[in-house]
Amino acid sequence: MPTKQDIALIAHLMRRAGFGEPRADLVARADKGYEAVVEELLHPEDQPPIDEELMYRILPGYEGALGPPISQADWMFRMVNTQRPLEEKIALFWHQMFATSNSKVDNPPEIGRQIAMFREYGLGKYGELLVELAKSPAMIFWLDNHGNHDGSINENWGRELLELFSLGVGNYTEDDIKSAARAFTGWTIAPKIPRNPLGRFFWNFEYKPEDHDDGKKTFLGHTGNLNGEDIMGIIVDQPASPRFLARHLYRFFVADEPDVSSWNSIPPNDPAAIEILVDAYNESHGDIRAILRVLFNSDFFKTSQFARVKSPAELIVGTVRMAGNYEGFRPGFNNLALECAWQGQELLNPPSVEGWHTGAAWIDAGALMRRVNFAAGVLGDISHPGVRAIVDRVQLQPNNSAQTMVAVCLDSMGPLQVSDTTLRELLSHALNGGELAWNTPEEISSSEDRVSKLLALIAASKDYQFA
Amino acid sequence: MATTSQDPVLVILQLTGANDYLNTIVPYTNGYYWDARPKVNIPADQVVPIDDDLAFRSDMDQFKDIYDKGNMAIVHGVGFENSPRSHFRAMDIWHTCEPDKIGTDGWVAKIIRDLDPTGENVLKGVNFGQGLPRAMTMRGVPITSVNHLATYGVFSSVSGINSQDERTQLLDSFARMYSPAIGNGLTMEYIGQTGLDALRGADIIKIAPQQYSSTVEYGSTSIATSLKDVAQVHLAGLGTQVFYTSHGPFDTHFNQGGSHAKLWIDISEAVDSFFADLQEHNASENVVMMIFSEFGRRVRDNGTGTDHGAAGVAFVIGDRVKGGMYGAYPSLKPEDLTQGDLEPNYDFRGLYSTIVDKWMGLDAVPIVGGQFEQMSFV
Repeated sequence: MPTKQDIALIAHLMRRAGFGEPRADLVARADKGYEAVVEELLHPEDQPPIDEELMYRILPGYEGALGPPISQADWMFRMVNTQRPLEEKIALFWHQMFATSNSKVDNPPEIGRQIAMFREYGLGKYGELLVELAKSPAMIFWLDNHGNHDGSINENWGRELLELFSLGVGNYTEDDIKSAARAFTGWTIAPKIPRNPLGRFFWNFEYKPEDHDDGKKTFLGHTGNLNGEDIMGIIVDQPASPRFLARHLYRFFVADEPDVSSWNSIPPNDPAAIEILVDAYNESHGDIRAILRVLFNSDFFKTSQFARVKSPAELIVGTVRMAGNYEGFRPGFNNLALECAWQGQELLNPPSVEGWHTGAAWIDAGALMRRVNFAAGVLGDISHPGVRAIVDRVQLQPNNSAQTMVAVCLDSMGPLQVSDTTLRELLSHALNGGELAWNTPEEISSSEDRVSKLLALIAASKDYQFA
Repeated sequence: MATTSQDPVLVILQLTGANDYLNTIVPYTNGYYWDARPKVNIPADQVVPIDDDLAFRSDMDQFKDIYDKGNMAIVHGVGFENSPRSHFRAMDIWHTCEPDKIGTDGWVAKIIRDLDPTGENVLKGVNFGQGLPRAMTMRGVPITSVNHLATYGVFSSVSGINSQDERTQLLDSFARMYSPAIGNGLTMEYIGQTGLDALRGADIIKIAPQQYSSTVEYGSTSIATSLKDVAQVHLAGLGTQVFYTSHGPFDTHFNQGGSHAKLWIDISEAVDSFFADLQEHNASENVVMMIFSEFGRRVRDNGTGTDHGAAGVAFVIGDRVKGGMYGAYPSLKPEDLTQGDLEPNYDFRGLYSTIVDKWMGLDAVPIVGGQFEQMSFV
């Protein structure tokens, strides 16, 4: 039997490497042992995929969808229902780091294809992922590389590639940007089918050798007739690359860090952890799976429980996974996607190429009100199977005390670790109603009501805002 | 009756989805209009002429009344150079005043920041709708976003709260859970403070519907509900100076006739009720409403609807607005069109500047990102 600590640690792993899991699944995972679970997560290909054919048959609007909410709903469906949690989580990670936004691209299904590319390459070699990224039509359009021509360069892609996608400010010169831009001339989108009158079509990458600058270029000390792949090869061997990537991974998977724009002046919160991740990168030649293996098995990860503010996607998906009210094919994923946008994280439409500001920046009065109301509304509703299961678990306890009710609810919702202030308030709230009773139909109904209200209150707590 | 201060108040109504300029202010005597709009037009017997060239569509008769009273400025040809035909990009540009790069700070949020630099009044800027428009987002600027005023508040989503007592109990617990505690870390402290702010905002704003009474009867449309909510908060005198709300969808590619008519019937009625309500309470003098859309629609119709265009029309309404037409209707001559669209001849940042500078009394340059030609409607 796994101990309480074992389950808490698996719960932590599943919140970070996935979107959290209901209590019963956690116990089953904990039985396998922590390292085995990490290994399982790192190999999503061993788990069944989402049945896309079925998904598109039941939700026909999802395929080649027209409006952003549909493409967002497609992703929401996968995050909630996937049996490959890390595949979706790593896609979200790269979407944050390589932020591409529909505000300009105006083709949600095409950004959806970029996300699918993250699923496919997101746990592989960093260098290969960067090459795929450079070929992503949505990225090409987003950062204007279709306007980057031999003899008339557009630096936008070259600059962001170095500044935000790989090295970070201070690790390259303006000349390096120009060379990178020249090396990516000719990497463009094949002529597009106009949107009107039939709607949006997918775009295709095209390499045009006649528009590629074949001249000699010098990039980060390397000189030659460099092409895009050469640039990526040089980037992944720069000492700045693993450091920059490690900080991103740390911020997304381990603990909140300041925004990327300040990394040049503010050192990491845990420099030793960054060194461990850099070493893992160097030993594996930039293998993301290998780096994450080290990360999830490290002490700095295991001791970072509740050290991050949940992103809206984490809060929403985690909550409905716990409540079990969005299991399988059913309508309503649009609403989840919209809720995510209203809480400040519109998937496929990050505010800028810097991605979302995370940590405390997720929270303002409006967003917090939405987060609280969403989670309390879902987890306070006993008609949802996951909520019902928690209420049943409370009823099965040998004693009916208010303390037990609070302890079981907190345990079932995480186990969620709460501050003394929160615990004191939850207890005082629960004690107000005295002991639970389950003998008559009236007592049962009143006790069920009290448990679900307590769950709503816990979902509304400050503590529930953290992953 | 509540007294409101005389600080200038701005109400922004966003028409989401691109409003068809040509069928809103109709060039009803222009041959090019009839050439380009064989199917999607406003028949000559259904317009309400403003002059020999232009007319309101007939279902906007309340707008005509407001215009005749001299309280409405019609601003022609609004937009910007190289207007993108993408809703999302165009709306972003309107929201951030950044046509050349992706901006993150909203122009309305900058107004709020300049009105209330320390963020003391969480109700200085209020949005009615789901989620915040980018126009109102900026780090450190608190904005209250209300879906429906009647049900706004913490725990409004929890079903089965059986009594006011129970709600009060839950809210009290919430307040105590969010009260400051030592040693929980900066982020926890910040979230605690923000939770109390949200609770306070909801607590203050709930006064508005409680003390509201009016003989004006609004319609039951969503825009009427939103503007009634705006009126209630304005009349409660809570210090709100910018209200934001939106209505749509105006994206009338298909079967434009009925849907476009309904949108304008609903808006005209709601705007009319709104100002009647404020006038009944002597609270209209300090209010100006600006109505805009991200761009207009293509000159030539597509058989049943219209596709994305460029130049659009904006309205500025209020007791202190100098009514009339401002700017010029862009030429409909085929050779003057850009990709088949009306060419904008007035930068929207000039419209914003006029309002920010002459109405709100703030320096417009940092808010709209430069100097732009202002008009004299306020």
